[in-house]
Order: sequence, then structure tokens, then C-alpha cells
Amino acid sequence: MAANPSATQASHRTTAPVERRVDALEAALHERGMEPAAFIAEFEHLAEEEWVPRNGARVVAKAWTDPAFRRRLFANGRDAVGELGIAMPRHHRHLVVLENTDRVHNVICCTLCSCTAFTVIGLPPGWYKDLEYRARVVRQSRAVLKEMGLDLPADVEIRVWDTTADTRYMVLPQQPAHTTGWPEEALVLLVTKDSMIGVARL
Amino acid sequence: MDGMHDLGGKQGFGPVRVDDAVFHAPWEKRANALYSLAVKLGVFNMDEYRHAIERMEPRHYLSASYYERSLTSLATLCVEKGLIPLDELERRAGGAFPIALPSAAGRSNVAARERFLPGDVVQVVTDQVAGHVRMPAYVRGRVGVVVGESPAYPFPDAHAHGVDADDEPTYDVRFQATDLWPDADPALVHVGIFQSYLRRAA
Repeated sequence: MAANPSATQASHRTTAPVERRVDALEAALHERGMEPAAFIAEFEHLAEEEWVPRNGARVVAKAWTDPAFRRRLFANGRDAVGELGIAMPRHHRHLVVLENTDRVHNVICCTLCSCTAFTVIGLPPGWYKDLEYRARVVRQSRAVLKEMGLDLPADVEIRVWDTTADTRYMVLPQQPAHTTGWPEEALVLLVTKDSMIGVARL
Repeated sequence: MDGMHDLGGKQGFGPVRVDDAVFHAPWEKRANALYSLAVKLGVFNMDEYRHAIERMEPRHYLSASYYERSLTSLATLCVEKGLIPLDELERRAGGAFPIALPSAAGRSNVAARERFLPGDVVQVVTDQVAGHVRMPAYVRGRVGVVVGESPAYPFPDAHAHGVDADDEPTYDVRFQATDLWPDADPALVHVGIFQSYLRRAA
């Protein structure tokens, strides 16, 4: 752990290991009656079982198979995902769904931090939060996508969406042609978190 | 603030490291849960949380992992709000517990704000803001086209500082990447921009 020059009066001392710092905060909050242990257990359940990309996959599969739902999804994403029982935090007041086509490819990012529609598409992967993706994808979109394994044809327009406010975005990937007519339950299994961020096509 | 966190378009970063994991150690989930608990209990709001990350000493910001930044913000705000003294955290952690640098003053909404419609050509203001701001520097002064409007949100420049302000909408504004950086990969870059940061282009 690098020493930190801002460590106030304690700068001559070694920075405590990060895990010990978490322990310290948890114990201090516990002593103040904030019951962190119970909330941590609840959070772990949410992170592992509830905020999963299968939620977004259900949205995508329904949009592929139900034109009326698809229209509602573009008109008001938050209400439409709510129809499927998928909740969004109160401060995410707006969900914009971005449609990929043969000629348009959307990709989302958050250059200032790590904002995502995490209750819908799942918590952001490590690389999404890394400095490299945040710095580069707005300026070198085609190069970054290619490095990540998505080599888009030159005639595909790239649209980058930087999540700088509390509006949230998700990409509606294109349905693979060979899956036309498949049941919704089978389509759900095709949809990945990366495809809803927009660093992969299906 | 023109802080270290404002990474969009910064050069010199290497390839995106494809690391799909959301969490890499159990303490990371605890750190995430503890700040979520503090938000839920009203100790601080998400704008204060984001700003306390941005106020980390730049070398600390760049060297800390994502969840160490979360933890540092949580500790900073608990100390600043008088909930937990720093010396208690350091005693419990058994070493130095680096926190963020102090905040500058916030500001309220711009007095004259205008409602925009999709298709309107807008210019981002050239404001320099010492406190929290959600306008990435790469769009400062730039001209783009409105493509969407969100419901009203708390104004971050005020909300991160306990300053009274009206909620205001954000606009999804479309820029040409090559207008932002002449060497950019051609693309459309969309940024969610608060009403106070925009004016109608001349």
C-alpha cells in the first residue's frame, strides 16, 4: 500500500492495510448502533443474487420478441423494466435504452467514476471501473473496442454514452439472425453483460 | 473541480485490462456495503460521496483500487460530519488512515436556465468550479446537439456541499468526437449535462 501524502498528522506512520481500515470503519459504525453486519449480509445477497445481468437479459429477450414492450422500453425504460419486476434505485430516475443496428453501435461508460444501471445489467466489471477504459473509450472508441475483441466494420457508426449524470443507459444488442423465432427463455441465455455495455455484439 | 478523476480523453494509458470480476476480495464487498449503508441512513448523499472520492490527494486517487476509493470517501465523510473521529479510525486500524483533502465551497444553480428540446444546438459553459461538478472538462465550451432530456435531479454542485438549489433536468448532448479531439476515432459522444452547464449556442 503506497504511503499517502495527505495522511494529515499521521503521515509519518505506515498506512494501515486496507482490510484493517474496513474493519475499523465497520467496528466504529457498529458501536454507533448502525448495525453494519446485517446490512453487509443483505448487500452481499443483492450483489450476488439480485443485481445480475440476467435481469437485463430478460429485458433484451422480451424486447426482441414483443414489439409493444420494445416501444414502451424506448419510451420509458424505467417503467418498462419495472413491468418485469426489475427495480432501479430512487436516484436513477431515467433509463435510456440504446438500440444497436447493422449501422449503429452503442457503448456506455462513466469517465468520472463508474456509474451504471447496475440493478439491470449487473454491477460493473473491473475493467469498466479502471482508469484505462474511462480515459480512452470516449476518444479512441474504435481502437478500444477492437482491443477488447470487437472489430466493427468501418461503416458502423459508434455512439459512446458517458454516464455523467444520474440517467442510466443500457444497450439493446441486435438479435443474432439465426435465433429468429426462438422462445424468449432461450434468448435470455444468449445475452451477456458485455453486450449490454456495448463492448461485444452477439 | 478539474480533478484527477476527470479522465475522459486523457492520454498515456495502456490497453484496457480485461478483468471481468466485480469484486476481488471479501473486504471490497464490505466497503461497498458500508458506504451504501451510510447513504441509506442519510449520513451523506451520492454527490457528497462522489466528491469525497474526487478530493483524494491525486497520487492516492491514482494508486488506490476502486473500492479503496469508496472506503476513503466513506471515512472522509464520517470524519468531516463528526460521526467518527479520525484518531479513532486510526487507532482501530492500527496505522494511518488517509482521507481526502478538504472541500472547496459549492454553488447553487445558474440563475437563468433555459429549457431545451431535442435538436437544439447548445454550448457547454466555460465555468471553472472549485467544488463538485459533473461536467467533464472535455466538453467545456464545446458545442453539441440535444438528443434527450431527463427528469429533474438534485444539482450536484449544490447537493455535494449542502447548498440549497432547485432540482434541474439533464440533457443528453451529442458531440462529434473529432470536435472534442481532432485525433479522436470518429464517433458520436453523448454526455449527460445539467441544465446549469448549458446555454443555447449563438
